[in-house]
Amino acid sequence: MSAVDHPQRSGERAPGDGERASAEFEPRITAFVCNWCTYTGADLAGTSRLHMASNVRIIRLPCTGRIDHVFIVKAFERGADGVIVSGCHPADCHYTAGNYHARRRFGVFRELLSFLGVEPDRLTFSWVSASEGGKWADVVNGTVERVRRLGPFDAYHGLAGAATPADDPFASYETAAAGSDESATKASAGGAS
Amino acid sequence: MTELQDTARRLLDEGAVRVVIGWEGGRLGARPAFVTSAADCDRLIFDTRCVHNLATFLNPRRSQVAGLGKAAVVVKGCDAKAVAGLLREAQLERDGVVLIGVRCGGVVGEPSALEPPALTAENVSSRCWGCDVREPGSVDVLVGEARPEPPVTAALDERVAALDALSPAERLAFWTKEFSRCTQCYACRQACPLCFCERCIVEKTEPQWIETSPHPRGNFAWNLTRAQHLAGRCVGCGECERACPVGIPLGLINRKLQQVVYELYGYTVSEDPTVPAPIGAYATDDTQDFIR
Repeated sequence: MSAVDHPQRSGERAPGDGERASAEFEPRITAFVCNWCTYTGADLAGTSRLHMASNVRIIRLPCTGRIDHVFIVKAFERGADGVIVSGCHPADCHYTAGNYHARRRFGVFRELLSFLGVEPDRLTFSWVSASEGGKWADVVNGTVERVRRLGPFDAYHGLAGAATPADDPFASYETAAAGSDESATKASAGGAS
Repeated sequence: MTELQDTARRLLDEGAVRVVIGWEGGRLGARPAFVTSAADCDRLIFDTRCVHNLATFLNPRRSQVAGLGKAAVVVKGCDAKAVAGLLREAQLERDGVVLIGVRCGGVVGEPSALEPPALTAENVSSRCWGCDVREPGSVDVLVGEARPEPPVTAALDERVAALDALSPAERLAFWTKEFSRCTQCYACRQACPLCFCERCIVEKTEPQWIETSPHPRGNFAWNLTRAQHLAGRCVGCGECERACPVGIPLGLINRKLQQVVYELYGYTVSEDPTVPAPIGAYATDDTQDFIR
């Protein structure tokens, strides 16, 4: 191991580590965070070199008030096993009241999802300020742990008739589209030279 | 009934309104009627078959109805709450409509008879369970004789509680099965007096948030979104469930959300348009037990 190699983190799959990865389910978590508090807090966690699970993909939005419930539905549809929604503490909102509105909306939405059969533990709501890098690491680790216990969200992913997100009928389409974009760029680059 | 007809006749004769929206007898029970001349007012009825929530025709984007001119609309208790919802959300001016309130003692679930059936616990609509509005308030004219309480029916709350008692996986299986019949025809949306967006989110295509092909994933997203958009706004008139051609029990979801907004924010849907709806308002000390 050279000096620049990362230490092995929980949730990270090394090449040839297939057996271990299949033995332990690694959840896919989407995090919708506010630009002013939680995103900065997550950045602080990174620059502070805090170790945390690497299962989370962050989507930065201006405010928790901007987070529509369809974002969460979409995340589940596209293969997320869990979702984090995080923003400024009450009274800290950059836009004065966005987080208060979000709190009302998600209080109801959480109950609705639960009534329709989505385990509440798949959703984590938190307040993480710009100075709470350590709290962000805790939120991430806690969520990954809870979702790992629940297992893959096949019940939802299977709604499309596909057993796993890997069987997503649009996956090949998107790969093909991405590929053709790339070749188109190459072709045009070639044409210019 | 003559009182209702006389009131409609007077309003049309005086020129106070150009159209009276009420109910008339039809082949399958009652149906909405748009009466534009005083001579036609004899058609108007109100009995236990008059299930439709006529407030839905006050949506300003229904241009065919709006084109008829200023309207008077006949409202039951639940319809009056829907009108209050439209006023609260600035879809309507109070003096832009005349409200004829009817005293209501419940309606049937499935109107089909040529004669108004007497209400029993079997045929009464589930929407009437727990309804405490015998006389709609804040109307311009109140007509009809006093009616008794509707018969006690199998409580909607009991069915909601039975679902709540299941495990999440069982609930997901239940709803997936129910939603599997959905064809995304949007009859629930069209019947709803409070689904008035000019462009519904389900019709937005860039990006397409809700898949419109009728497969379980799109159906789940659609029914979830419809319910969330009506949270704290739904008056519980039950028209979405009645309009649903495949019989999805949407009333259960609406009732659950009514319970949730009451438990979390102490709000029950109100006939008073000045009371703000819970989503869109907030309090700094709202409950946040669910936030880590």
